[in-house]
Parts: sequence; structure tokens; C-alpha cells
Amino acid sequence: MISLTDIHKSFGSNAVLRGVNLQVPKGQSMVIIGGSGTGKSVLLKCVLGLIEPDQGTIEVDGANVQTVSRDAFLAQFGMLFQGAALFDSLPVWQNVAFRLLRGSLKRPKDEARDIAIEKLRRVGMGPEVADRFPAELSGGMQKRVGLARAIATDPKIIFFDEPTTGLDPIMAGVINDLIREIVVEIGATTMTITHDMTSVDTIADQVAMLHKGKVRWCGPKSDLRDSGDPYVTQFVSGSPDGPIETLR
Amino acid sequence: MIRFVTAVGAGVIAAISALGRIVLFACTALIHIVKPPYYFREWLNAALNIGYLSLPVVGLTSIFTGAALALQIYAGGARFNAEAVVPQIVAIGMVRELGPVLVGLMIAARVTSSIAAELATMKVTEQIDALVTLSTNPLQYLVAPRVLAGLIMVPILVGVGDIIGILGGFLVGTGSLGFNAAAYLNNTADFLTLSDIVSSLAKGMAFGFIATLMGCYYGLNSGRGAQGVGQATKASVEAAAVMILAANFALTAVFFST
Repeated sequence: MISLTDIHKSFGSNAVLRGVNLQVPKGQSMVIIGGSGTGKSVLLKCVLGLIEPDQGTIEVDGANVQTVSRDAFLAQFGMLFQGAALFDSLPVWQNVAFRLLRGSLKRPKDEARDIAIEKLRRVGMGPEVADRFPAELSGGMQKRVGLARAIATDPKIIFFDEPTTGLDPIMAGVINDLIREIVVEIGATTMTITHDMTSVDTIADQVAMLHKGKVRWCGPKSDLRDSGDPYVTQFVSGSPDGPIETLR
Repeated sequence: MIRFVTAVGAGVIAAISALGRIVLFACTALIHIVKPPYYFREWLNAALNIGYLSLPVVGLTSIFTGAALALQIYAGGARFNAEAVVPQIVAIGMVRELGPVLVGLMIAARVTSSIAAELATMKVTEQIDALVTLSTNPLQYLVAPRVLAGLIMVPILVGVGDIIGILGGFLVGTGSLGFNAAAYLNNTADFLTLSDIVSSLAKGMAFGFIATLMGCYYGLNSGRGAQGVGQATKASVEAAAVMILAANFALTAVFFST
């Protein structure tokens, strides 16, 4: 279980997170929605330790993330970045097997390559892609490789940052389906950030809406469209009219 | 008046804090060079890029500089009948000063800019964050191999540059200024001392450290977007070039002030 209590984070005078409280039950898929600049990515980065919160507590399975061993903590995580964040200088298989080629999870090179090819197969890519470089792949293929890297070590927790951004609707649908299948298969706890309501419908068990640095609403996906919260209703319907300020 | 003093004070404080950050970054980089894990393949790639692939530009810069230096010394020396000192002055000029400084500046232009642009792009595209989430310390994986490669490869490049520069002077001296080849080489070898060579290589080591460190520092601290990458690259080369020239002055004073 991931538990966030009263998380605050400011950058200069800009208070991005203003007391976020959120619980993600074990094995559940939590999707965080909200407008641009509401602090969704900052929240994920706080959990991962990429950004240190100014205030508040983050616990994973009861352990405070600021006091646990960093390596052991990160070893249970996988993350798919918005732009895939593949390493340009490494071929695809070494990107996927990055963690298996070094550090505490190191395996023999042949074994790491076999695992990478198996994970690539799992995301619908053939072994012929393994020796290509990220720059030779399309955006959708890069996202798949990023997904393969995120699941390479069968992590207990996976984060997805805008998994369908920049993809055409068909490829976005493919990625959404893959994420859902893999999450169910691995039984991982996941947090996904998205603006894409199709992703919410496919991926989520639980949904939280972040607005002005706080969790505005949180509940099961089935209640999202009947939340009774005007902010959530406006966001879900994509209407310019409502309590969320829009620039026109 | 108060505004002026405030502005000057703010500038001084900003400069001191920037210097402090660079010094801390340098100490951290040095610690990560010594501390395991070691990424040999990353070091090898960096060494290849900094050392081997810089040889053409270093060689061409050095040979033309050595050749021009021979012509200048010959023409200048002729004013007081001292044309014969061409081999000695070319040797001492190249080894003590021009070899290390020119190689250092070439490395700042070629390597510092490339490291800064590469790391800044990695930062902008979240590859640095990805490294952290993959339990890999960016300082260990990206900075330490590059700085170590600079410390080792740039002195070697300086040594090669010194030899090629002297060769440039030799070719001009024997080809068009009428020097005897054997006498030219003998004069060169007799005049150079061990301290000249040691100072040259020590400067190379210092300049290699500065050039790679500045590339890493500005790359990892770049701003957002293409503009951030561009500014990081420009700032890294400017800082490396100025610091190399300042370090050259300081090291010259240490080695040769009597």
C-alpha cells in the first residue's frame, strides 16, 4: 500500500502541492487526473524520491520512503515516463535490461538479454527490435519499450506518467490495453497520471482528481461520472464551463 | 547609490554561491571516481570520445601552431641575430604553454560542449530521472567516467600535441629556414627539462578535469527545453575556457615563478 499524508511542495513562491492525502491499496490501479500544472507529476516524483517534499509523509507498505534503503526501495519500482526516456546510446534490449545488467539485480548478460526479449514480446515487439537503437523507433514503439523496461524486473509498484500522450488513438488504445493486461498479470500496485479519459476507463480501479495541489475527489472508477463534484464533472465531460478556470 | 551597492552585493553573492556549487560538485565527482560501482564501459566510451576522437583536431592545431611559432621566432630573432634559438623556443613554447593551453581550449570546445549538450538533453528528456528510478546514480554512471577519462586522456593528448607542435616547427625549420635536422632535434632535446614535461602533463590533467567537469555540471543543471540545452552548452564552454586560462596562469606561477 502506498500512503501519502499531508504532502506539500513549493518551487519558490509557487505552491504546487498543498496537503495531498492519498492511499493506494495494494494491487490496485490508481489513476490520478487533473489539469495541467496541478502537481500530478510532482506527486509521482515525490514518491520516487526524485523530488523531496517540503512537508508530509510517504509510506510504502508501512515504511517511510525517506528512511528506507534507497536501492532496496527503488528495486520494487518500475516507471514508464511520458516520453519513454530511453537511453539513446544503448540498444533497445540494453534499455529494457538496464537494471539486470548492473547493481543488486545483476544477471549474466545472456540471461538479461533473454529476459529483455521476453519482455519485448510481452509488449508486442519481436526480437528483431532488440538490437535497434531508440532513435530508430516510432513514438508508439518507444512507449512499448519503455513499458517493457518498467516491467523488466516484475516490480511490485509501477508508475505510468501520461502513458498515451503524443500517440494516435489506436496506439493509445493498444498501450492502455497492454498496461491493464500487464498490471493484472503481475498483480502490481500502480499509479497512473493522465488527462486521457480513455486511459482512465481502461486502466483504473480507483481515480483521484488533483486540483490546486490537493486531492479534490477520490473514489472507485464506477463512481467517477456520478461523483456529484462539479470539478470532477467538468473535467470528465471536458466542458469549458464550470468551476475550473480556463483560458480562452 | 544603495541600489548600486545592492546590485553589486547580489552579484558577488551569486558568484560566490555558484563557485561553491561547482567546488561541491567537483568534490562529489572525485568521490564517485573512487567509490564503487565502476562503469568501465562508460569510461571506455568517454576515453574514446575525449582522447582518440580528439586527436585530429589536436594534431592539426598543434602542427600549425608549431610551424607558425617557428616562423615568428625566426623573423623576430633575426632582429637581434638570434635566429638560431628557433628549436629551443619552439620546444619550450609548445611544451610549457601553447601545447597544454591549445589542447585545453580545443577540448573545451569539442568535449565540454558535447558533454553538456548530451547531459542536458538527457535531463530534458527525463533520462536522468529514469536512471535514478533504475537504481543508478547519475553522478556515478555519467559524471565519474567522463571526469576520469578527462583526467587520463587530456594529458596524453597534451603530450601528443607537444610532440606534433615541435614537429611542426621542425618541418618549417628544416624545410624552409635552413636548419640542419639533426642539430634541430639535438637542440630541442638538450633544452627541454623534465620539469617542462611534467608541468605540461600536469596542466593537461588539470585542464581535462576542468573541461569534463564543466560539461557535466552545466549539463546536469540545465534549464528546460531546447533553450535550456543551448544555454547550458554555451555556459559550459565559456566557463571551461575561462577556468582553463586561469588555471594555466596559476600552474605556471606554481611551476616556474622563482
